[in-house]
Amino acid sequence: MIKIENLHKHFGGFQAVDGASLEIESGTITGLIGPNGAGKTTLFNVIAGVLEPTYGSVYLDNEDITGLPPHQLFQRGLLRTFQIAHEFHSMTCRENLMMVPSDQSGEKIWNTWFGRKRIADEERALRAKADEVLEFLTIDHLADHKAGQVSGGQKKLLELGRTMMVDARIVFLDEVGAGVNRTLLNTISDAIIRLNKERNYTFVVIEHDMDFIEKLCDPVICMAEGKVLAQGSLQEIKANENVIEAYLGTGLKYKAL
Amino acid sequence: MDLLNALIVFSNFVFIPALAYGSQLALGALGVTLIYGILRFSNFAHGDTMAFGAMITVLATWWLQSLGVSLGPFPTAILALPFGIIICSLFILATDRFVYRFYRNQKAKPVILVIVSMGIMFIMNGLVRFIIGPNDQRFADGERFIISVREFKQLTGLREGLAFKTTQGITIITAILVVLILFWFLNKTRTGKSMRAYSDNEDLALLSGINPEKVVTVTWLIVAALATVAGTLYGLDKSFKPFVYFQLLLPIFASAIVGGLGNPIGAIAGGFIVAFSEVTITYAWKKVLKYSLPESLEPTTLMQLLSTDYKFAVSFVILIVVLLFRPTGLFRGKAF
Repeated sequence: MIKIENLHKHFGGFQAVDGASLEIESGTITGLIGPNGAGKTTLFNVIAGVLEPTYGSVYLDNEDITGLPPHQLFQRGLLRTFQIAHEFHSMTCRENLMMVPSDQSGEKIWNTWFGRKRIADEERALRAKADEVLEFLTIDHLADHKAGQVSGGQKKLLELGRTMMVDARIVFLDEVGAGVNRTLLNTISDAIIRLNKERNYTFVVIEHDMDFIEKLCDPVICMAEGKVLAQGSLQEIKANENVIEAYLGTGLKYKAL
Repeated sequence: MDLLNALIVFSNFVFIPALAYGSQLALGALGVTLIYGILRFSNFAHGDTMAFGAMITVLATWWLQSLGVSLGPFPTAILALPFGIIICSLFILATDRFVYRFYRNQKAKPVILVIVSMGIMFIMNGLVRFIIGPNDQRFADGERFIISVREFKQLTGLREGLAFKTTQGITIITAILVVLILFWFLNKTRTGKSMRAYSDNEDLALLSGINPEKVVTVTWLIVAALATVAGTLYGLDKSFKPFVYFQLLLPIFASAIVGGLGNPIGAIAGGFIVAFSEVTITYAWKKVLKYSLPESLEPTTLMQLLSTDYKFAVSFVILIVVLLFRPTGLFRGKAF
């Protein structure tokens, strides 16, 4: 579904992504692991159109999407969430979700004056959908709270909820479980699995929590120093010498011996 | 003691003029605050945008007057306002297309955009003086007063009179209408909400499928309309003189900062705070005090805290005090 060829992103002399090539299959939940500074988030940013690659290309269903602006990628069903949860802080949680679908008829100046009924109908449908999403994520009691005032974990859920407001095809989750307690983490992983099964979302997940990865992801890709070290099932990755050295630590290796 | 007359003198010289001036500042500060909240820089060209919009309105007014069109007791300028708004919008959109967009695509820092806006300011300033000249232009017509001092005295039999100019009435009513429409737009319409979303969190807005160019275009259109309305109202109330608008930049920025940059409600409150401070501090209170104090305490001096020549200093002082004690502004703006 997503194919990345020889992708480079340099910041001055620093090579954050240094010739990464990988493929993500449709319908999978792919885990992206690697030590801090491996270039995982930069890779996400390049794919999502926030950063332009120094060179290399990104393909979505064999179509070159390198360097397209984020709002256009969004319209093609490519979404991402942030490592540190982002929200429209002065709006309520429900409004945050209702913001998402683009090309609403209320955006046309003409319609704001002459299409009021259509807008009202659309808004009602959106509102129902937003409430449904909030319920799915078990945060329906927060619907009318300002998004800036809810907890960090709840903001993460809201981020996930944002991807549910449209028919996303592939969603990039950047450390969706970081700083979230176990119970909430289970809610999040259940939601991810359900979305994957029921709505056929493809996920790419950056995560450091190996239990979380084990529960969700197959295959797993390991990055280090801007390159892809290994790709395969979690078992294969765990057994890979290079990965152990770069990320999982030699402790495992000695234990194995 | 004669408190009623004191109240009338106070209304005539302080309250009504400050209310009108505050409305003009509030409209100006709304423009500045929208640009700051959404495009993230302080637009120094705003004063001259007001001058440009007002100039087009003045020219259109003269043209309408020459055709013999009039609105009866209301100033013809109200009819000319749409021309001013449209042409000013086109001009502003052109500056965005040819100047600001280049820097936006480069993701230029706000400081650079401020300097760019100063360049635009000088160009607009020159353009306005080139087209209409640097002198005072009169374009107010129609009925001058809703109620004049003489009529008021006859009506009430009081010693002091209260004048209420048509332009003051129009200024206040227009300001209320414009503010209501703006808040309805920002809070109720989808485009307005996208603007607020973009102002809250630019990265997220982009990744939620909000088209940034559209938000920017709509912002400039609103700002051009606000600036033209504010500039025309100021010109009607006082007189149209290009250089005065450049000087207005200081109280306008003071209003926006006092209220909290990026916060529209703050901009309105700030406008009135600055206007009322400026007027009360530079007003000679002798007459009001003469009426309100017992004879033995009657003042012998003018009782003026500051000469009107120093009125701009008032904005500075308010600015400094607010930044010292509440750096985010009274209503919590974005920065500082």
